[in-house]
Amino acid sequence: MADFSLNEEQKLIQETMREFAQEEFRKLAHESDESSTLQEDALEKVCALGIFSSSIPEEYGGHEMERSALNTIIMAEELAWGDLSIALGALSPLLMMTPILESGTEDQKKKWLPNFCGESFYASTAALMEPRVSFDPFALQTTAEERGGKAVLNGVKCMVPLADRARQILVYAKGASGMEAYIVDGDAAGLSVGEREKYMGLRALPLFTVTLKDCEVDLDRRVGGEKGIDYNRLLNLSRASLCAMAVGISRASHEYALEYAKERVAFGEPIAYRQSIAFMLAESAMEVDAMRLLAWRAAWKLDRGEDATRESTLAKRYCADQTMKVTDYGVQILGGHGYIREHPVERWFRNGRSFAALEGLAIA
Amino acid sequence: MIDFELSPEALKAQERVRTICENVFRKISRKYDENEHSEMPELHELAEELKGEGGLRGGMNRDFLTNVIVTEELSWGDLGLTLAWPEGGLGNAAINAVATPEQKARFGKATASMAITEPGCGSDTSNITTTAKLDPETNEWIINGEKIFITGGKTYDNVVVWATLDRSLGRAAIKSFVVEKGAPGRELVKLEHKLGIRSSDTVAMVFNDCRIPYENILGSPEIKTRGGFKGAMATFDATRPGVAAMGIGVARAALDFTKETLEKEGITIPYDKGMHDLSAVQKAVLDMEAELEAARLLTWRAATMLNKGVRNSLEASMGKAKAGRMATLVTQRCVEILGPCGYSRDWLVEKWMRDCKITDIFEGTGQIQMLIIARQILGYTRAELK
Repeated sequence: MADFSLNEEQKLIQETMREFAQEEFRKLAHESDESSTLQEDALEKVCALGIFSSSIPEEYGGHEMERSALNTIIMAEELAWGDLSIALGALSPLLMMTPILESGTEDQKKKWLPNFCGESFYASTAALMEPRVSFDPFALQTTAEERGGKAVLNGVKCMVPLADRARQILVYAKGASGMEAYIVDGDAAGLSVGEREKYMGLRALPLFTVTLKDCEVDLDRRVGGEKGIDYNRLLNLSRASLCAMAVGISRASHEYALEYAKERVAFGEPIAYRQSIAFMLAESAMEVDAMRLLAWRAAWKLDRGEDATRESTLAKRYCADQTMKVTDYGVQILGGHGYIREHPVERWFRNGRSFAALEGLAIA
Repeated sequence: MIDFELSPEALKAQERVRTICENVFRKISRKYDENEHSEMPELHELAEELKGEGGLRGGMNRDFLTNVIVTEELSWGDLGLTLAWPEGGLGNAAINAVATPEQKARFGKATASMAITEPGCGSDTSNITTTAKLDPETNEWIINGEKIFITGGKTYDNVVVWATLDRSLGRAAIKSFVVEKGAPGRELVKLEHKLGIRSSDTVAMVFNDCRIPYENILGSPEIKTRGGFKGAMATFDATRPGVAAMGIGVARAALDFTKETLEKEGITIPYDKGMHDLSAVQKAVLDMEAELEAARLLTWRAATMLNKGVRNSLEASMGKAKAGRMATLVTQRCVEILGPCGYSRDWLVEKWMRDCKITDIFEGTGQIQMLIIARQILGYTRAELK
């Protein structure tokens, strides 16, 4: 029976994460953005919440709670509301963990999953995107070739979060059977991590170019072994998560602009008394809710094990567009003040632009 | 619990309505668009046929989400015919929402339209000048005034009239009254000619010392200076998801048809292609699909809240604002994408573009919805945010 309200568990997740994001992320957001530094401390604190181990079955060292994309994206919205860069960094272990949970062989689960159940943050990540204008996740140019009992990877990846410290990087490549994913050690021969990349937003998040040159990987590092991965599903899980984060950013900007418009007086009354301002706020509120419902539906379908390609794609297009509009309104409502970095709206505006380009930078 | 699954009842009703749309609505859609104000025997025959199934709308016990699903499906078939459906109109929704059990028994079976707008006031319903005065001698209300834009005023028997008990008391004194067919002093004075939804009549009525029984007032006759008007406005919280569903239904008709037509031309809509591999038309269709889904989910949310008895004014307005705007833009775009054929009256797309425009106007324009949303999220009164 159709319903759009959170259950008790989800309410708890939302509340806990909202409080956590307020306490831990918000106070770091400005300084981290200005100095392009990700506070290690924040990563450890997220890990201490048990969000990784709670999705991993007991037999692999976890706490055996039901894994749910919907619950994960409810969390992702709150963390991104706190700060997108820190949220993406803190959740980056999921980029390796989720594909293994989804498609890994028994041996791979036994070998890798216990790492995520430890007390400290297990630095790991994934490399999906490639540095070209017409990047398309369905047409990767990084290749995986089987040669002499090994997989040989070649290609260039970009926007790889925390690649400089990652123990392993999950590399997506086009192989004989389609899209494949390989667990590559961060210090593997043939894998080189380039200079830290510089972007308009996401400044606190260390993102890197990763070059694979005849990088040889043992075949048991291919996620899912012979069977491989369900690439579409992983992309869709990623899209659902990115959509939720777009909701988080948009909501942050909307809330801030709303409070500002009620306090800022012009011509003798709060600017929110004017329809030109009030209607921008009304539209933002409406779109934030619409975005969230689209994201939830994609995740809900994925949780049911159904194909959610259409839902995820539509949601992602919609969320990318609307986030740009809502965060733009945020800056616009603050006027000149919105353009000054003392207010966070310009940061949400810069971060908001990323969603149109991002693929696979977060996963549910 | 978050769940996007429709109930078996809703799915069954949707499927049934779909066949009616294909077998009846679509076949007479153009005929009654071109022959405004003519009798539509096909609709009455269909209504008779469906009586055994409990009627198309299945009576007043059905849940709000199912009603929304059915309304979207009917409007996919034809919005004008949906609004002219012989089982009743908006007045019935108002009666169902606020009537006492005795009133439901008296008026539940009759069809009813709704009369709110006057020549001098539309969305600012607080300026209603139609008066209702109690005659203590006969215990009757005497209604005087003129109402316009009454959807189905000719087709339906009863009309729910909004009138003021005391103009000096403003919004709190506005109440709604059921004026039955044949009430003395009730007169239909004009049939409007419209841009779209031509198979549904829109009329003007004059009430000249029109006397109705005391028991025909909906809700309490007491004038509460605080919150009294909210009772009348609460009707909208219940009906707006339905109007939103109308816009969604027509937009989906246009989008479905556009996609089918493009497919015949060899153009399909992929969900798994990067943006550099999509044509402008493919992108436009994807964006329209996303907009439609967004409007639909907002509308469904508002309907599920009604089912739970949770206050939904904000959510109902969000659904209505989004759906009305989306439908307007989507149908315009579909006409554009189909070129000269889309503009031609040989196809129904141009009609859908004309039809759906009303969903961004009636039951509160899109702009009024934005005002409602803005006041709610800002916590402002009408005086603060005009």
